[in-house]
Amino acid sequence: METYTLIVLLLAATIRVATPLLLAALAGMFSERAGVIDLALEGKMLGAAFAAAAVSTVTGSAWLGLAAGMVTSIALSLLLGLACVTYRGNQVVAAMAVNIMVGGLAPTLALAWFNLGGQTPQLEAAGQRFTEITWPWAKAAHVVPFPGMLYSELLSGHNVVVYLAALLVPTAAWVLYRTRFGLRLRAVGENPQAVDTAGISVTMLRYRAMIISGALCGIAGAYLSVAASSGFVRDMTAGKGYLALAALIFGKWRPYPTLVACLLFAFTDALAVRLQGVSLPVIGVVPVQFILALPYILTILLLAGFVGRARAPDAIGVAYSKEK
Amino acid sequence: MTADSSAALRSPALELRGIDKRFGTVHANRAVSFVVKAGSVHGLIGENGAGKSTAMNIVYGFHRADAGEILVNGRPVQIHSPQDAIAAGIGMVHQHFMLVENFTALENIVLGVEGGPLLAKGLRRARKELEQLGRDYGLEVPLDAVTETLSVGLQQRVEILKALYRKAEILILDEPTAVLTPREVDQFFLMLRRLRDQGKTVLLVTHKLREIMAITDRVTVMRQGAVVAEVETETTSPRELAEKMVGRAVLLKVDKKPAQPGGVLLSVRNIEVRDQHGVARLKNASFDLRAGEIVGVAGVAGNGQSELLEVLSGMRQPMRGEILFGDSDLVAERLDPHQRRKLGLAHVPEDRLKVGVVAGFSAQSNLILGYQDRADFNRGVFLDDRAIAVDCERKMVDYDVRPRLPALRLSAFSGGNQQKLVIAREVDCTPKVLLVGQPTRGVDIGAIEFIHQRLVALRDAGKGVLLVSVELDEILGLADRILVMAAGEIVGELSREEATEEKIGLLMAGVKGAGA
Amino acid sequence: MSTTTRQLPRWADLVLLPLLGLVAALLISAGVIALLGESPWQAMKLLVDGAFGSQESIGYSLYYATNFIFTGLAVAVAFHAGLFNIGGEGQAYIGGLGAGLVCLWCGNWPFWAVLPLAILAAAGFGAAWAFLPGWLQAKRGSHVVITTIMFNFIASALMTYLLVNVLIKPGQQSPETREFGANSWMPLANEMLTKIGINFAPTPLNLAFVLAMIALIFVWLFLWRTRWGYALRVAGQNPTAALYAGISPSGMTMLAMVLSGALAGCLGLNELMGSQHRILIDFPGGAGFVGIAVALMGRNHPVGIFLSAVLFGALYQGGSQLTFDMPHINRDMVVVIQGLVILFCGALENMFRRPLTALLGRRAERGKVES
Repeated sequence: METYTLIVLLLAATIRVATPLLLAALAGMFSERAGVIDLALEGKMLGAAFAAAAVSTVTGSAWLGLAAGMVTSIALSLLLGLACVTYRGNQVVAAMAVNIMVGGLAPTLALAWFNLGGQTPQLEAAGQRFTEITWPWAKAAHVVPFPGMLYSELLSGHNVVVYLAALLVPTAAWVLYRTRFGLRLRAVGENPQAVDTAGISVTMLRYRAMIISGALCGIAGAYLSVAASSGFVRDMTAGKGYLALAALIFGKWRPYPTLVACLLFAFTDALAVRLQGVSLPVIGVVPVQFILALPYILTILLLAGFVGRARAPDAIGVAYSKEK
Repeated sequence: MTADSSAALRSPALELRGIDKRFGTVHANRAVSFVVKAGSVHGLIGENGAGKSTAMNIVYGFHRADAGEILVNGRPVQIHSPQDAIAAGIGMVHQHFMLVENFTALENIVLGVEGGPLLAKGLRRARKELEQLGRDYGLEVPLDAVTETLSVGLQQRVEILKALYRKAEILILDEPTAVLTPREVDQFFLMLRRLRDQGKTVLLVTHKLREIMAITDRVTVMRQGAVVAEVETETTSPRELAEKMVGRAVLLKVDKKPAQPGGVLLSVRNIEVRDQHGVARLKNASFDLRAGEIVGVAGVAGNGQSELLEVLSGMRQPMRGEILFGDSDLVAERLDPHQRRKLGLAHVPEDRLKVGVVAGFSAQSNLILGYQDRADFNRGVFLDDRAIAVDCERKMVDYDVRPRLPALRLSAFSGGNQQKLVIAREVDCTPKVLLVGQPTRGVDIGAIEFIHQRLVALRDAGKGVLLVSVELDEILGLADRILVMAAGEIVGELSREEATEEKIGLLMAGVKGAGA
Repeated sequence: MSTTTRQLPRWADLVLLPLLGLVAALLISAGVIALLGESPWQAMKLLVDGAFGSQESIGYSLYYATNFIFTGLAVAVAFHAGLFNIGGEGQAYIGGLGAGLVCLWCGNWPFWAVLPLAILAAAGFGAAWAFLPGWLQAKRGSHVVITTIMFNFIASALMTYLLVNVLIKPGQQSPETREFGANSWMPLANEMLTKIGINFAPTPLNLAFVLAMIALIFVWLFLWRTRWGYALRVAGQNPTAALYAGISPSGMTMLAMVLSGALAGCLGLNELMGSQHRILIDFPGGAGFVGIAVALMGRNHPVGIFLSAVLFGALYQGGSQLTFDMPHINRDMVVVIQGLVILFCGALENMFRRPLTALLGRRAERGKVES
């Protein structure tokens, strides 16, 4: 029974870790399917995390914080769009610029506004954070190991953003495969000229994709600072944006496989926390760092075609110009 | 001429009036005006660079004209984007298909006219309508097949269906036959006639005289950005059109003495090439090239000629076969292009800008491409810039390259001068065998003659030249012996004396294609 | 399409454009500083003074610049082969491990014996770490941008593991190695200058600065004066033409990545052997990413890289000065400027190029007219 509890708790932790990854990966899916490499997930998330925490601190409302995070992230996304779509700049360069700029700007503003050495104050008051929602009878069900504990730990007891993220996967799939916008979005990432000659504006499509990406990334960032923890700290994304990108690649740019990849990566993370210093039978102590590096190693193996093959959208990374 | 009487009553389907367009210093369209009658097949013919595509891109809203107006059915229209063109009833099939490769045919066709924000309903309706269209015009395609799995001919049908589904009354087809086999071309013409008979207007853009004569009702000829003639097809002849296209009597023959072939220099045996999908691109190719002869390779573009050049030059490894050159089997020894050059096998590639040069480098840097470790270009571990510049200057004089500035970026030279630089590089090192692809593509007439003379001079010096060209005139003018390729095979060999356009045409169409 | 490309005069492309980008980045930074309630003018004065005001500050500026020369060159060499190596950070980290191991093991050997070994190890480790992404790109088609990012994280995990579990000085909490033997320390600039009779304030500026200068010259000679550099640039600008010329594009990809990694790896010579004298967690401190800004602003040319590396070195040194004098601003502001420079000199370059071309552009006939 001990092991069972452990596993359930591990899975619950997996869900919490997976949420921001999933939101960011879905964000990346929209921009990358439209043909814009989204290495800026990291910076957009970080910017959103700061904005959400700052606004929540000042206004006392987590919802306003979430809105501020989304607006910030969308603004950064549009900046990326300006550079990559309008001015046809190098997409990788533009994304690195955003990441580095936000990495400096967020702690600078935090220092100037809150004077806490680059972080925001602890969010303690009610309503400043998204707190866990306990489902009916969850407490009572907890005593019954199966299925009660699954209900109370896995389904119940998460904050609203987690449920939102879960809903967003089928929504994203539906938008991508069942709507006119989705068809055009997929087309513009594969062959923008075909879209242009079909009388659709490549620029507008890509900007719309960037806005969606910004919005989703904003939710991911807000989750970090006003849901998963209470306040912004320096460099709090800690590579989650890149990890999300890896999950997106691992999921071959498709919604459901990306969900699976996010859960897998989150599981390794949760496992690493659990296994810290624990000696396992047979293997002994597994270095935590190895488990943490596992998602990156797996993604590299996948990209190299050693495990399956990931095919990126054809026109990804290339600015569209009628002249060519 | 169908429905002549009714067509006369209708206003012209499309009219261009004084269309003018400059790109920087290039005057691409000079006051272009012509009229396309409704319900006709109208030809627009001209050499590469005559401004046909520019005019059509303006009609389709891809570019905006600096001056002039466009009339559709007698009414002036403002076309600022492909959307406007579609709304005006104009559809265009580009030379390079505008298809999303991993979409189904159906998805490609409805892209942009999905019929509502949700796909399901629109797709159902579209499927019905497309099945009807397919029957009406003989344009059936498997709607649910993924586009990249369709043959080129079927992909072209998808493109045409795309236009028809958008209710296009005027269809612009840009070089539609470049990718088709002769048999597919026949079917294609049948389909065009059917479209015309059902009242559609077709504007066929091409540089092939034969097609103009075979299918069009009227033809507009463009040269150097301007319309130089507009005639009824019935009242003209290929010769007359050709003269109008180039602006003077065409040189059909190059001055040269009869060939005196010597020993075999290059011997190709059973070469086979497959692409990444495993489709055979070159099947069982075998031939010999002798000293002192030019062997021409004729064929519709895309029938294995490019692969042949790539395999011979070493840019691609064949699946099997032998290439005997001097004492070595180039295939078995897996020699790369650089090693082959050292043995005396030079190569002027088909696509100069993509393959043969680095556009951002200076002329002199380009002249050592492939020869960068020759002793006279190096001093110890360093490149000898002075020697390279001096060598470049000499070649610029010898090959009449202008401007004579070795340090100038290659992209700043005109197409003809770029080609002369490539020819200079590959010919000047006196190779034993020169492989040359489309030597005069995109090159002005003066440079064409110069390049042809150089090739003949190389032959007369006892070297072997393998000439791949899609221009039949060029093959007939230069070659001493002609190989014809179709569907990846060498389907026939003709001596210059027995070769005629008709014979080559039959072979290109795969008539004698045995053992496929 | 029949286009004539109007081209910028060379001087404008090489000098004016990066300067405009820098000015735009500084103007926006000034805006941010004003927003925070400080005087941008005052901040600028502090920054310049902090960077160049004294011998000490100049020494520090050049010390930082040394790191950025190495990482900037790393980005540039890869760039000339058509590759975007954003793994400089990880390659510098692993390269430092190599140099560090030599210093730990042979720290008591004479310096003239340690130095070549350390250089070899730093360059070799960095090169090996960059070779893997290069090989994966060349042979398996995995995009080098993505793989180098992943390798940064793997390097970080690996180094944390090594420093926490293997190399840590026994009986110590913080994950650092023991101090290198004093013989393996890079001679400091002030020590060397004293020997020839010049007095210079003690700063961490050390012999590695000279090595960086040698690296600059080496890269210039290699890329523009040798046939191998020529081949590498051909492969970068037109891989098909490379194939046509018998140059293997995949070979060049691997060569460029190896060189790039070797250059990035040399960062440890300055940072560890010159100043820290031990291996510690995250010692590259983002210098790998600064290299991107340095290379972009320096137009991927050694001269430009030297100038922009000095500029960024000055920003870093001046930035620390800011922290002392302006309570609301700290060194993070320099990171903002760095991001803005990448934005304006790289991604948004066309924003300046287009109007500038219209203003200055001479028409360069391309004469490339399609039918």
